[in-house]
Amino acid sequence: MDSLLQHWNSLAPLTQSVVFSTLKVLGVLFLALLPMVAYSVLAERKISAFIQDRQGPNRASLPLLGSIPILGPLLTKLGIWQPLADGVKSILKEDFTPSYVRKAYFWLAPAITLIPAFMTVGVIPFGSTLGSQKMVIADLNVGILYTFGIVSLGVYGIVLAGYASNSKYPFLGGIRSTAQMISYELAMGMSVIPVFMIIGKLNLSDIITHQAQHGWMALPFMATQQTFASYLLWPCMIVSFGIFLVSAFAETNRLPFDLPESETELVAGYNTEYSSMKFALFFMGEYASMITASCMMVVLFFGGWSLPFFGLDQPATSIIGGLAHIAIFVAKILFFMVVFIWVRWMLPRFRYDQLMDLGWRRFIPVALANILVTAVVMYFVR
Amino acid sequence: MPPISDIFFYLFAAMTLFCGLMVVANPLSRNPVTSAIFLVLTIVSMSGLFVLLHAFFLAAVQILVYAGAVMVLFLFVIMLLDIKEEERRKFKVISSGIGALAVFGTAAIFLKSIGTTQWKGATPTIEGSTVALGKLLFDKFLLPFEIVSVLLLVAMIGVILLSRKELK
Repeated sequence: MDSLLQHWNSLAPLTQSVVFSTLKVLGVLFLALLPMVAYSVLAERKISAFIQDRQGPNRASLPLLGSIPILGPLLTKLGIWQPLADGVKSILKEDFTPSYVRKAYFWLAPAITLIPAFMTVGVIPFGSTLGSQKMVIADLNVGILYTFGIVSLGVYGIVLAGYASNSKYPFLGGIRSTAQMISYELAMGMSVIPVFMIIGKLNLSDIITHQAQHGWMALPFMATQQTFASYLLWPCMIVSFGIFLVSAFAETNRLPFDLPESETELVAGYNTEYSSMKFALFFMGEYASMITASCMMVVLFFGGWSLPFFGLDQPATSIIGGLAHIAIFVAKILFFMVVFIWVRWMLPRFRYDQLMDLGWRRFIPVALANILVTAVVMYFVR
Repeated sequence: MPPISDIFFYLFAAMTLFCGLMVVANPLSRNPVTSAIFLVLTIVSMSGLFVLLHAFFLAAVQILVYAGAVMVLFLFVIMLLDIKEEERRKFKVISSGIGALAVFGTAAIFLKSIGTTQWKGATPTIEGSTVALGKLLFDKFLLPFEIVSVLLLVAMIGVILLSRKELK
């Protein structure tokens, strides 16, 4: 162990940082994001079952672990092994490519959907510090613009899937998704401008630090020292958050805005012609972008990894504090994931013209007015 | 071994040029959607070049506005109009003459500005921080900025006028 440490310390700083970055990328992607995607699918099925008064997945079991006395049946009943079964099924099913599709785009589209959803996580600060390492993969000073840029690339996957399938329903789904995502991107982008006017930074770590000191954007009383200004700006932040939340539903193609794949009208929309693992990639992309959207809401409006109790509003100095911050961040994300799932099973789908009307004629004017009102309030407060 | 930023510069520059060529002269496909996708790749690799110049804001906005919004609308229109694969156009003397004139004119301007610029070492001259860029835009270059926004307004009004069904 000592010789290993010595060897590590003798490495060049560049090599060390490259190794650390690689570890962070692999760790976040394979140990955090992918399992979260898999288990949010399970959560979706369990919560929908609860809402519809059913049991949900409760049969999938592993040979040895399933026969541990009390624990095994309990885990089986909770459906803990279901994501494993789903994954194996996706890989083993026949990957059917219809003869009439445009092959190159048909193969590219699922990857193009999934990659942006994963790339966005790179700038999210999911904790303060752990040891000497900042808990963010890339601490960009334009973090939020990077996120919006990458999220806006996500639409290509769906559009190309619709185009590549070369049949009517997927095509309609692709067209719908283009219009929907462009419209709501505008509203979403404008809804966060007041946040940056107040904080004056685009770096996501700085945004969290500011909120830890001056109160969360959407809940100004969550602060160690309360300020009058943050209460005056509270209504603006509520409007911002409301628009951001609804736009996030539209951007992730979730009910009540799942027009691109509305199964009652378009069979399955843009992914009708896809099967097996390619379909699973679209499916994972949807859940990964839900996680990203939850991360953004937590970072921008709910103080990221901070909590105003027990000194948790300061960057951690110990390993335990660092782990606590990561746990707080994950808990906040899980809350919004449950909101995403809950809303899906409670609300009916919008009509397409209602969706466009809401985006262009309600949200964009309100978001613009919100920027103006925030500016006026800030002029008088500061 | 050359510095890692140099390797990335040549990578992104080559990608920009190659994808730009593929937009207009793709030997394998005359499909307008393919052209649009190569244009997206051109834009993405150009934003890589901006990152190498430490202009992170420009890089992000490049992807956000051009790749994320403008090109998606291009694709949308291509798909809505259902443009078939473009046939090989006939060679027209006048339009190729005008095209050649535009190319050589632009090349001449570039060459002249490259020749007259005094290169001060390798320090990046494009502002990196968003605050500095905003201050420049709204202070020193306010007039050009406002003129550009008026231009966009004119384009918008023009579209609304053209798309009205009946003019009274």
